[in-house]
Amino acid sequence: MKLLVAVKRVVDYNVKVRVKSDKTGVETAGVKQSMNPFDEIAVEEAIRLKEKGIATEIVAVSVGVTQAQETIRTALAMGADRGILVETDVAVEPLAVAKLLKAIAEKEGAELIILGKQAIDDDFNATGQALAALLGWPQGTFASKVEIADGKATVTREVDGGLETVELKLPAVITADLRLNEPRYASLPNIMKARKKQIDIVKPADLGVDVTPRLTIVSVAEPPGRKAGIKVPDVATLVDKLRNEAKVI
Amino acid sequence: MTSLVVLDFDATGIKQPARSAIAAAAKLGEVHVLIAGNAVGDAPAAAAKIAGVSKVLVADDASLTHELAETTAALLVSLAPAYSHILQAATAAGKNTIPRAAALLDVQVISDISDVIDADTFVRPIYAGNALATVKSSDSKKLITVRASSFDPAAAEGGSAAIETVAVPAAGTSSKYLSSELSKSERPELTAAKIIVSGGRGMQNGENFTKLIDPIADKLGAAVGASRAAVDAGYVPNDYQVGQTGKIVAPQLYIAIGISGAIQHLAGMKDSKVIVAINKDEDAPIFQVADYGLVADLFTALPELEKAL
Repeated sequence: MKLLVAVKRVVDYNVKVRVKSDKTGVETAGVKQSMNPFDEIAVEEAIRLKEKGIATEIVAVSVGVTQAQETIRTALAMGADRGILVETDVAVEPLAVAKLLKAIAEKEGAELIILGKQAIDDDFNATGQALAALLGWPQGTFASKVEIADGKATVTREVDGGLETVELKLPAVITADLRLNEPRYASLPNIMKARKKQIDIVKPADLGVDVTPRLTIVSVAEPPGRKAGIKVPDVATLVDKLRNEAKVI
Repeated sequence: MTSLVVLDFDATGIKQPARSAIAAAAKLGEVHVLIAGNAVGDAPAAAAKIAGVSKVLVADDASLTHELAETTAALLVSLAPAYSHILQAATAAGKNTIPRAAALLDVQVISDISDVIDADTFVRPIYAGNALATVKSSDSKKLITVRASSFDPAAAEGGSAAIETVAVPAAGTSSKYLSSELSKSERPELTAAKIIVSGGRGMQNGENFTKLIDPIADKLGAAVGASRAAVDAGYVPNDYQVGQTGKIVAPQLYIAIGISGAIQHLAGMKDSKVIVAINKDEDAPIFQVADYGLVADLFTALPELEKAL
């Protein structure tokens, strides 16, 4: 079974982003970029499925600028077999990413696609759902456990009240939540090996997809700041402040 | 211009986040709501009473049990022609269904809006809430999930909407619900609670949540939350998690105990009205957003706090 995994290059999760002074976006120049943490979990899950003999080949796909090859390279160093970069300078929105992934999935004959549930830059939480819709496949979003057997994926999902388990007939789309697994670090030999793995570069037009954004960014602003308050010396003072000053208890 | 709001509900009634989604939709014009499920019981009648709702659509069918995204999205596509906007609270169900329905309609979903500017323009937090993007959609129809904590819920009483049954399209699906493991609690739900007491890694284990946090939550009528670290460590179940990718909350009072205050956690609670932090590390970032900070060992402070309440 061929497996596709989607990876996005984003501002590293440890970076506290700054809004640009012209309010057109956040400052990304000179800021550390890494693979979206949820996508790392997706890659790890794909590799585990290959190690179990369920997946035969893992193709890591990214959509973005030339440097997104580094993100694919990270996936290859973790254990993916080859990569495809859909190269574009456009900030591609989830719907268009889903269209690009659909085109690749069909071309590759993928039977399972795993993505992170959400990118930590735009926080859309939409690409996996959109991809499943466009392919007409079932979706197992926010997965914390995945088992594949007999042409079916049994997916345990993190939902508001706890956990829910669904059964999806393959082919299917799965989006990874935080507790699905703990991604491995690539070893040095595997990083070296990954340099020789193939990355194909295509353009959105090659896949027949129009990636023109549907949303225009009118402005990007800092959220209203929150000032640090006061330190209280003891529990009695705290309770007194909550009762008589803040009046919240 | 009429909006359709998909309501989250269960046997106990319409969920509060759903009423917040109605409040967001009310800023756009007329509001219809959808109750989709199997054997929906009193939910349509309860929905009809919500202030600002002019019509309740009821889709009651076995195929809609357990709100599978595949069937609910197909239903939304069949209802879409009559509506300019389709919204749902950014609950687990909303986040699962609305982006799928949007793609079927060739629409770019607008996730997790925190404000409505006009019919095409919305504000949504990005980068874990460290920036607020105002976006204008060129799609002819808008599909939206709503950050419930950013909108005061529409009143549960005061409306008298008409109730109408709608046809459910026969959608074959290759997805099947198997089971749920839901946390049982007598406490308020996190996303509706006025007070939340949250614990982090500093709690050290699950027993300490039960022994030290639960009694305080009970005295305050509060919900219990947790940081990702506490959930990952297995102290409490996943549905306790507050943060960028967990639940987004904005209670009147948020008490963070043994939580250092990672960006991702702050993203889920920094809009709370009053924040209290109890942490033995006086340099913990949580103190930078706390209205009242207490530098103390939680194992002595929590029993004292329980007694003082």
